[in-house]
Amino acid sequence: MAMSRDEIFKEVQGVLVDALGVDEEEVTPEAKLMGDLGAESIDFLDIVFRMEKAFGLKIPREELFPAENIITNKDYISNGKLTHLGIEELRKRMPHTDFNAFVDDPSISKIGDLFTVDVLVNFVEGKLK
Amino acid sequence: MRWIWIDKFIEFNSGQNAVAIKNVTMAEDHLHDNFPGFPIMPECLMIEAMAQTAGILVGQARNFKEKVILAKINKAVFFHYVRPGDTIKIHASIVSIAPEAASTSGKITCGDETIGEIDLMFSHIDQNLAGKQFPQENFVFTDLFAVVLRASGIDAPGLGAAQ
Repeated sequence: MAMSRDEIFKEVQGVLVDALGVDEEEVTPEAKLMGDLGAESIDFLDIVFRMEKAFGLKIPREELFPAENIITNKDYISNGKLTHLGIEELRKRMPHTDFNAFVDDPSISKIGDLFTVDVLVNFVEGKLK
Repeated sequence: MRWIWIDKFIEFNSGQNAVAIKNVTMAEDHLHDNFPGFPIMPECLMIEAMAQTAGILVGQARNFKEKVILAKINKAVFFHYVRPGDTIKIHASIVSIAPEAASTSGKITCGDETIGEIDLMFSHIDQNLAGKQFPQENFVFTDLFAVVLRASGIDAPGLGAAQ
């Protein structure tokens, strides 16, 4: 039987509690992985490994966290911000992500804020469909 | 990893799991300070023993082409002391391995007792997210490690000399 969104969230919550050593209550849908939950780069790989096990999926890293390919491309970056082209490319690669707040200030330093718990849930939901 | 903290591998299944042993001896200086009159093996050095055992297992899985660096201690819990004269077994298994990183799970035992459980993550640093460049020679896996493998009866390629 397909997992409900709530079940996916619970599973993602467990993954983040184990990977980041945070409390369950901290893992809200809006919580930012880096800003709120303290994730560092190696944690993203840890999260990928744990999600693969939890959901029986194969997750190429660049599919869930594609930003690093974008910020190394000169067409997509200007003065420390994503260009219109860059935002569109990122949007294409991260269809499971809410960009509303990001487009107001598309600084590279804000890209980390795009990765919320909800993004992980959306990603898995899309994968399991 | 330029010093060797394990004595020998007694099991080695490429890409899967390995068991190494370490003999703990009063000849180790730090035991006289940890603690005076009550020598026990420091837990941080048990983590090092696991990092070497699991790190070599991860490195061998890619034929020592990657520079394997300890990146994260996911879990380290200890239940008993290790004393001079003890032989500990370090059991490590690869849980996941990808082009960029690997995670391992392991335990340390002494006789029938579980001393500790240690889960680690290793980064293949040439595949790092930031695209940072490192020296070409593999400064992680030096010939010191090949010696341990060969002494344990395990095939090891000629690795570079320790810098």
